[in-house]
Amino acid sequence: MQLGKMALMILVMAGVTYLIRMIPLVAFRKKITSRYLQSLLFYVPYAVLSAMTFPYILYSTGNIWTALIGTVVALIASICKQSLIIVALLACVSVFIGGFIF
Amino acid sequence: MKKTKATAKEEQLNFKVGLKDGLPIGLGYLSVSFAFGVQAVVLGVPWFMSLFISMTNLTSAGQLAGLTVIATLGTFLEMVVTQLVINSRYFLMSITLSQKMDDSFTLANRFFYSAFVTDEIFAVSSSKKGLFNKKYFLGLIILPYFGWSLGTLLGATAGSILPPMATNALNIALYAMFIAIIIPPSIKQKGVAAAVLMSAGISCILFFVPAFSVIKEGIRIIISAVITAVIMAFVCPINKEDKKDAVR
Repeated sequence: MQLGKMALMILVMAGVTYLIRMIPLVAFRKKITSRYLQSLLFYVPYAVLSAMTFPYILYSTGNIWTALIGTVVALIASICKQSLIIVALLACVSVFIGGFIF
Repeated sequence: MKKTKATAKEEQLNFKVGLKDGLPIGLGYLSVSFAFGVQAVVLGVPWFMSLFISMTNLTSAGQLAGLTVIATLGTFLEMVVTQLVINSRYFLMSITLSQKMDDSFTLANRFFYSAFVTDEIFAVSSSKKGLFNKKYFLGLIILPYFGWSLGTLLGATAGSILPPMATNALNIALYAMFIAIIIPPSIKQKGVAAAVLMSAGISCILFFVPAFSVIKEGIRIIISAVITAVIMAFVCPINKEDKKDAVR
């Protein structure tokens, strides 16, 4: 692909992605007062993050067994209320070590 | 001031706190975007173009899909549709964040900061108690943005230095962060636990049942989240007490 067309492609890609993010943020500036809608928005983050993680985390390392180890370690560390970075580090280290076994 | 009493007492959300919250995201992005940079070069995109992609898009799945469209000499329409489908989850996230920004955000600010709504920035900022201000959000986005750009640059120019075993291990970092965000509130509140389980369950069904395999990943996530939120908001609506205590 020519560089000029590639640059245009990239701009189209960036433009679409930006519009998806920008429109709701600019459109919904007033506080939503409905209790139902507030509840809905309260649950959205947890639901989105959960759906993004499961089952995709199992395929993140290219080896389902090391990924499973990393997932279990992350779950245990989170239950023990470790911070984000500690949980992430422990998961990475356990996947790395698991890589020697599997 | 619209800040709730709880926020003021526990943690003042200023620029520094934002930076601190953004650090793990930035580090995670370094590794993910490194992989993206390597991939881009493999597919024949010059290093400065892959850097350009990362600096203007700031999205992992969308960029990978966009890369494929470019590599396969796809059309502009193909590019638009691909990005709409994969990135549509940001629409949902921006609706939530629109309610979390306090009065320090002007209209112009909202136009600007919306470019930085990513999965991880959304995850961290939406899980803050009460509202957050502009300074906090600015602090939060800086390190992820530079991590994402720098990682891409390194991957595209100096890729293949790290052994695959190391990059494989790094790939789980962002997912582990998601787990660290959803588990603690699940232990505190049954409603959140139910939402997490339900959404993961629906997501797995859509992933593993062959009949649903035509649905793209981005859409599967939206379907899981919307069904879950619609049901949970009905079955277990939040009350004032929850709201104060809830998102953390």
